[in-house]
Amino acid sequence: MSIETKVIELEEVSIRFSGDSGDGMQLTGTLFSDTSSLLGNDISTFPDYPSEIRAPQGTVAGVSGFQIQFGNKKVSTPGDLAHVLVAMNPAAVKANAKFMNPGGTIFYDSDSFNQKNFEKAKFTTDDPFTELNLIDFNKVPVPITQLTREALKDLEIDNKSILRSKNMFALGLICWVFSRPLDYIENYITKKFGKKELVLESNLRVLHAGYNYAWNLQHMTPRYVVHPAPIEKGLYRNISGNVATAWGLLAAAEKAGLELFIGSYPITPATEVLQALSERKDLGVKSFQAEDEIAGICTTIGAAFAGDLAVTSTSGPGFALKSEALGLGVIAELPLVVVNVQRGGPSTGLPTKTEQSDLMQTLYGRNGESPVVVVAASTPSDCFHYAYMSAKIALERMVPVVLLTDGFLGNGTEPWKVTLLADLPPITPRFAKDVTTYKPYKRDPKTLAREWAFPGMEGFQHRIGGLEKDAAGNVSHDPANHQLMCEIRRDKVEAVADMLPLLEVVGETSGDLLVVGWGGTLGHLDTAVRELQTKGTKVSLAHFNYIKPLPANTAEVFSKFDKIVVCELNLGQFVGYLRDKMPDYKYHQFNKVQGLPFTIHELSAHFLKLIAE
Amino acid sequence: MQDTLNYTLKDFKSENEVRWCPGCGDHAVLNAIQKAMANLGVRHEDFAVISGIGCSSRFPYYMSTYGFHTIHGRAAAIASGVKCANPKLMVWEITGDGDALAIGGNHFIHAIRRNIDFNIILFNNKIYGLTKGQYSPTTDRGFVTKTSPMGTIEDPFVPGQLVLGAGGTFFARCVDNNLKHSQEVFEEAAKFKGTSVVEVLQNCVIFNDGVHEAISDPKTREEHQIFLKHGEPMIFGNNKDKGITMEKGKLKVVQIGEGGANLEDILVHDATDQDGFLQHSLINMKLPDFPVAMGVIRAVPSKVYNEAMDAQIAEAKAKSKITSIDQLLSSGNTWTVE
Repeated sequence: MSIETKVIELEEVSIRFSGDSGDGMQLTGTLFSDTSSLLGNDISTFPDYPSEIRAPQGTVAGVSGFQIQFGNKKVSTPGDLAHVLVAMNPAAVKANAKFMNPGGTIFYDSDSFNQKNFEKAKFTTDDPFTELNLIDFNKVPVPITQLTREALKDLEIDNKSILRSKNMFALGLICWVFSRPLDYIENYITKKFGKKELVLESNLRVLHAGYNYAWNLQHMTPRYVVHPAPIEKGLYRNISGNVATAWGLLAAAEKAGLELFIGSYPITPATEVLQALSERKDLGVKSFQAEDEIAGICTTIGAAFAGDLAVTSTSGPGFALKSEALGLGVIAELPLVVVNVQRGGPSTGLPTKTEQSDLMQTLYGRNGESPVVVVAASTPSDCFHYAYMSAKIALERMVPVVLLTDGFLGNGTEPWKVTLLADLPPITPRFAKDVTTYKPYKRDPKTLAREWAFPGMEGFQHRIGGLEKDAAGNVSHDPANHQLMCEIRRDKVEAVADMLPLLEVVGETSGDLLVVGWGGTLGHLDTAVRELQTKGTKVSLAHFNYIKPLPANTAEVFSKFDKIVVCELNLGQFVGYLRDKMPDYKYHQFNKVQGLPFTIHELSAHFLKLIAE
Repeated sequence: MQDTLNYTLKDFKSENEVRWCPGCGDHAVLNAIQKAMANLGVRHEDFAVISGIGCSSRFPYYMSTYGFHTIHGRAAAIASGVKCANPKLMVWEITGDGDALAIGGNHFIHAIRRNIDFNIILFNNKIYGLTKGQYSPTTDRGFVTKTSPMGTIEDPFVPGQLVLGAGGTFFARCVDNNLKHSQEVFEEAAKFKGTSVVEVLQNCVIFNDGVHEAISDPKTREEHQIFLKHGEPMIFGNNKDKGITMEKGKLKVVQIGEGGANLEDILVHDATDQDGFLQHSLINMKLPDFPVAMGVIRAVPSKVYNEAMDAQIAEAKAKSKITSIDQLLSSGNTWTVE
């Protein structure tokens, strides 16, 4: 390498791959992030894609993006704004201009920057960069289409397939720019297309063409180096929230000595939970793709009645359809885990975008007094832990548990230090043991949990159902009994607090401002709060993973701060719940419902303003 | 094993007082099912009775087996989950015309399409009884009810047609007041591997009394019903002198003997015929031109969902290198930080 290259060392960098939804940007982003974690960088990713699988080509509506941030220290978010954008067409530039760091670099396919595509993307001039006011950016035109064609000219391959491998050119190019070796990607392609020689050959050729082009082009563009992050020793893998959720449930089944049943209906962005479990027949998973959302939870209730660890996965609209059946789970007191990977609503809303707006639905969206335990995961990888804990609570307390994740967590990935089964807490399902004393609704006096006897167990035959019953399990319409049973079901859920960890505070336990969050916003809130702390601001963070019941020390934590601000991706659902449950405190709120995560910048600015007021 | 299980009807009765109206057809069906269960050679604790909502869905409370009285329309889905979770169980779904064919229509057809091995006992009284007399999806056109004061303006489902349309493998029909025949049919349904649907023509003594009387009246039973048996000619009538033939692709009732048809001309019932064309015609037979078909009309052995599910799991377990969650977590693209 005789040519001198300008090398810039960075602590962290954020890249956005963007193109038509058929351009393969999600795969490009995934391969790049896997490569980066293998190099030892900490990463965080955020796929941002349209709900149409193939929206009209070249339009802004059809743009699919994948953002990844990687760094040499802990990376908790995909980054507010991207340093580098790879744009396969003008629409991609238009869709992503607002997510760019000023002064960043834009690599774009100059072959696609033509009049036809300007019109499709609704540009009014033939200079999109000026039109979007992207003056201070380093814009690097690359004739990706033409070079891809050139690389494949002697292969007998149709035009469609040629265009389909353009993403490999972009990937090769970016790998050179960020000093990533190609071996992981080559292995992946070889495994995937091993049997289709022509496809394999063309993908590899184009990948190298992109890499070599960047090498030749280096006078135009700086090369970035991001050193490995100092992270804890151990075995690591990349994992998405949805896969982590699925695997956490698998771990719980194995720990509890139960078979795992999942009854579900495909719905964005939760489908991958069902898929990941369907792939695990080797671990005995019974996956049942139901005819609708209702059958999804009803088959699950049937499996719980029959003695399996029974789970169903869904997103907001599907959760709404499951409400009545979830009520049956409540009154029958069966162990059940419902995973709700939240998305923008109401109705079909923003199916592919993230939001935290199902909290009220989860807490209250059923007929009657119908309490369930509500747990929320907060990073892609901790979905594993909270799915495991949801199953543990359900099985030990004979109660339905709803696990809330969201599209940002479900689709996002990050490196995860693998937790082995031996390191997880025990799970002791409440199997009925004594035939002579068994009654279906006899309870543990402390936890109020009933015992679990299921068909096939000799001598425990009993009937349960959706009708109110008395303590012995007989149907009862007695007024006083109904009130008693409602109170017992409520108290049983509240008693779960005794198995939950106390609420922890990031930073000092007292100060000017306590930032309160829950679920998938942890990465952003934590980053913003820690940054302010390093500048001397007296701000701390209390982030909730257990929503119902709340951790036992919640009031104590709240009482030590001058101001409390509750930040969530909705119009104020958790804050409303806190005002009801912890009415002694004044809550400020910071809300965003744009289908997007918070940005560090907007959070920090708001916190400073609030402290100054 | 079977020999050691000497159950009687009493072993399946629960302590709960049966609260259906006096004279309701459900009482007889309860007895017939309990008798059938006692004969099946299945361990008592391996029965699971799942119901939806409606009068008939109170059924599990009157049984001493495991039972689950669930929510309106969803019993088929819940029973599917029970059977897949533990295929060793013998699962019975108790449902009605509203529960199975209106609010639960989707689960009904999909359970049948999958061919999960459980029994669906469909009590068809052509009315909503528990809500006190509104028309159901099997109510005849023009019938006056509280919600159709000028008569209904919609055609009813014929349950057997729905079963065939959904690719069903087993369909049978019986009448509540014929206990012995019902019991036989329930035993056949229970022994069949796959989703067995039994339509019970059941009388609602309060809101639709006599709806099936023309069919069910014991005095005219032999003339108005034909009891089909696989491999036997389709003969009926007080004197067993009438039969069913096929002419120009259509069924026809003929007199057998002098001046009439020969016994050889009479159709022989084939419940195992995959095609189902003739079974479809039998399901559609109506008074007064035809007797109403009773017994096992269709029983076609086919692939069973829960067995295929188990087979796939066994195959995956035999082939895969991953046998535990720890192995799964350590598989694929991992790296070690030292």
